[in-house]
Amino acid sequence: MTDVPLLQTVGLTRHFRMGTGLRRARLHAVDDVDVMIREREIVALVGESGSGKSTFARLLAQVHRPTAGEIHYRGRPLSRLRGRREKLAYHGDVPMVFQDPFSSLNPAHRVAHGILRGLKLHRPELDGPARRAEAERVTEAVGLTPAAEVLQRFPYELSGGQRQRVGFAQALAYRPKLILADEPVSMLDVSIRIGLLNVMTRLRETEGVSVLYITHDIAGARYVSDRLLVMYGGHVVESGPTEEVLADARHPYTRLLLSAVPDPRAPLDVGAEAARTDPPQLIDPAPGCRFRARCPLAVDACAQVTPRLTELAPAHSAACHMAA
Amino acid sequence: MSAEPLLDVRDLSVAYDGDRGPVTAVEHVDLTVRRGGFTAVVGESGCGKSTLLFAVAGLLEPPAAVTGGSVRFKGRNLVTMTERQLNVLRWRDFSVVMQSAMNALNPVTTIGAQFKDAMDAHADLGAREIRDRSREVLELVGIDPVHLRSYPHQLSGGMRQRAMIAMALLFTPDLVIMDEPTSALDVVAQRSLMVQIKELQELLGFAIVFVTHDMSLVSHFSDQLLVMYAGRVVEAGPTRTVFDHPAHPYSQGLLEAFPSIRGPRVELRGIPGSPPDLARPPAGCRFAPRCPLVRPDCHDREPGLYPAGGAHARCVLHAPDQVEVPS
Repeated sequence: MTDVPLLQTVGLTRHFRMGTGLRRARLHAVDDVDVMIREREIVALVGESGSGKSTFARLLAQVHRPTAGEIHYRGRPLSRLRGRREKLAYHGDVPMVFQDPFSSLNPAHRVAHGILRGLKLHRPELDGPARRAEAERVTEAVGLTPAAEVLQRFPYELSGGQRQRVGFAQALAYRPKLILADEPVSMLDVSIRIGLLNVMTRLRETEGVSVLYITHDIAGARYVSDRLLVMYGGHVVESGPTEEVLADARHPYTRLLLSAVPDPRAPLDVGAEAARTDPPQLIDPAPGCRFRARCPLAVDACAQVTPRLTELAPAHSAACHMAA
Repeated sequence: MSAEPLLDVRDLSVAYDGDRGPVTAVEHVDLTVRRGGFTAVVGESGCGKSTLLFAVAGLLEPPAAVTGGSVRFKGRNLVTMTERQLNVLRWRDFSVVMQSAMNALNPVTTIGAQFKDAMDAHADLGAREIRDRSREVLELVGIDPVHLRSYPHQLSGGMRQRAMIAMALLFTPDLVIMDEPTSALDVVAQRSLMVQIKELQELLGFAIVFVTHDMSLVSHFSDQLLVMYAGRVVEAGPTRTVFDHPAHPYSQGLLEAFPSIRGPRVELRGIPGSPPDLARPPAGCRFAPRCPLVRPDCHDREPGLYPAGGAHARCVLHAPDQVEVPS
C-alpha cells in the first residue's frame, strides 16, 4: 500500500440554497467532512435519512460541486482536473451504483447495451470481440450466469437482485478503483441482500476495488466493511475500524443507532423516548452539536461549540464533547 | 380457544386475472387474530402478503378477486358483504394503515381536514367533537396538535406515519391492519414507531395484523407469526417459537439472512435464487428449487401444513408419515 490514500476529502462541504429574496436560507447538507478511503478497503457510511450521506456520495461522483473543501483522488485535487479526458478517467475510476434497480436500468435495452456502452466510452482500446468478452467477464464476476444469456435479457426479465448485480457489472466494466454504492440493497428482499453484500466483498478480493457502502443498516455495514463512518446532520460524528466502533461506540448517536437495530437474538432494550425522531435543524444551523436535542448526555457546551472529530483511540475518532 | 376470535380467515384464496389466465396470489390461507392480539405476516415481495391484507380489509379491486374462503370479522363474513355494509365497519371497527404515508395522505389538504373527512364519512359529529377527537388522537401518538393545521410535507417521515396511525385510531377500532408502516423509515425511527404501536395497543386494546418483509422487526412485538412464500403459508405459530426453532427451511433461511451486530462475524449465504413465477408455480413444494434440504420427492409431492414443534410448517420434513416406521 502506498502512503497516498486512494481518496481523501478535506473540509468537504455542500450547502444548498433555499428560498428567495429576504427568506433566503442555506441547507447544510454536508459540513466540513474529512474522510479517507484506502485501496482495497470497504468503508461503510451509515446514517439516517437526511444525514447527508447521499449528498456526500454525489460530491464524490461529481454530481454536485462542493461549496467548500476539496476531494483528493490519488493525491490530486479534483478541482484541478482539466478537460474531458481527465474527468472521464475519474468517472471510470469512481463509478456509482444506485439504490433503485428498477429505475436505474434502461427498460428498452438489453443488459448488454449498458455494459458495452460503458466499455466503449471508458475503455476505447478494446475492439468489438474484446468488449463482448469483457462484458461476459464482468457479468460472471457479479454472479450472473450463464453470462452470455443474461446479457441478452431485458431488465424486466430479471429480478430486483439480478438487476442490482447488473448495476455492479456496469460499474465493474470500467475497471474501477472505488465503487460508490448508495443503498444498493435497501430495496431488495432480505433473502437476496446478503448475496449482493457478498458480491461486494468478492469484488474487493478478485478485482481489488474499494467500496464506499452507503446504508442506514448498520448490521449490513458491519457484515461487509473494514471501517465505519457514522454521519449525523451533515457531520461525520464517529469513524473507526468497524468492529472497534461497534464494540466501543463513543458517540451517543452511534449508540442510539446500535440500540435501535432489530435483533431477534437480543432482548428489547430501547424505549420510545430514547428514540425521539425530530430531525436536526440543518437550515442555517447555529453553532453547537447537531445531535444535542436528542442526546442524553448534552451539557451547556454542546449548544455553543460544534464538537470536532477527535481521535480517541488509534484510528477511532468521535465528534462529541462528552466522549473524550 | 374458548371465545370466538376477532378475525378468522379460513381457506382464503385470491387470484389476479391475467392475459394468460388467472394467477393465484394467495392460496388457502388460514389466519386467526384474537381480541387484542398481534399477528405478523412476513415474506418477500410477491409472496402475497399485501394481497392477503387487502383481501382481509375488503380493498381488493379488479383484476384481483377473492376466489374462495371466508374472512369472518366479529362473526360476520366480510367477503360476502356489499360495499355499503363494509363501509359501516371501516374506520369504526377496523382500519388500515398503508405502507407509504407520503402517498396515503393527501398532499394538498391539512392533516386536520383529512381527519375531519374520515370522521364525516363514517359518523355524524359536530365540529367541536371532531376537533377534540382529532387533537386527542394526535396527542396519543405524540404529535403536537398544532400539526392539525400542517400539510403532510411539513412533517417528517416518522411523524407522517404516526399521523396515519392516529387517523386509524379516530374511532378506536377493534382491529388495525398495517401494511409495512415502518418500511420507509430508518432504524431509529422504525424502532421508536414499533415501541409506540405496542404501547398504544396496550393502552387501547385493539388487535393488529402487521405485514412486513422484515422478519426481525416484529420479533419483539407480535405474538403470532405467519411466514408466507409464493402465495402460501409455509410456517405459522407463536412468534417466539418460530424465532427460536424455525421449522421450515425458508424461515430458517430468512432468519439466517440477517447479519447481526453482535457476536462473531460469520459469512452468511442468504437464500440463493428467487421466488417462483406464480403464473407457473413449480410442482410439489414451491420452495424446493431454493431449498438447501431438498429431497427428490419434494418436486412432486405437495406438502401440507403439518404440526412441527409448537408451530405448523409446510414441509415434508414434518409430515406425520416421516416418523412412522414403514411396515
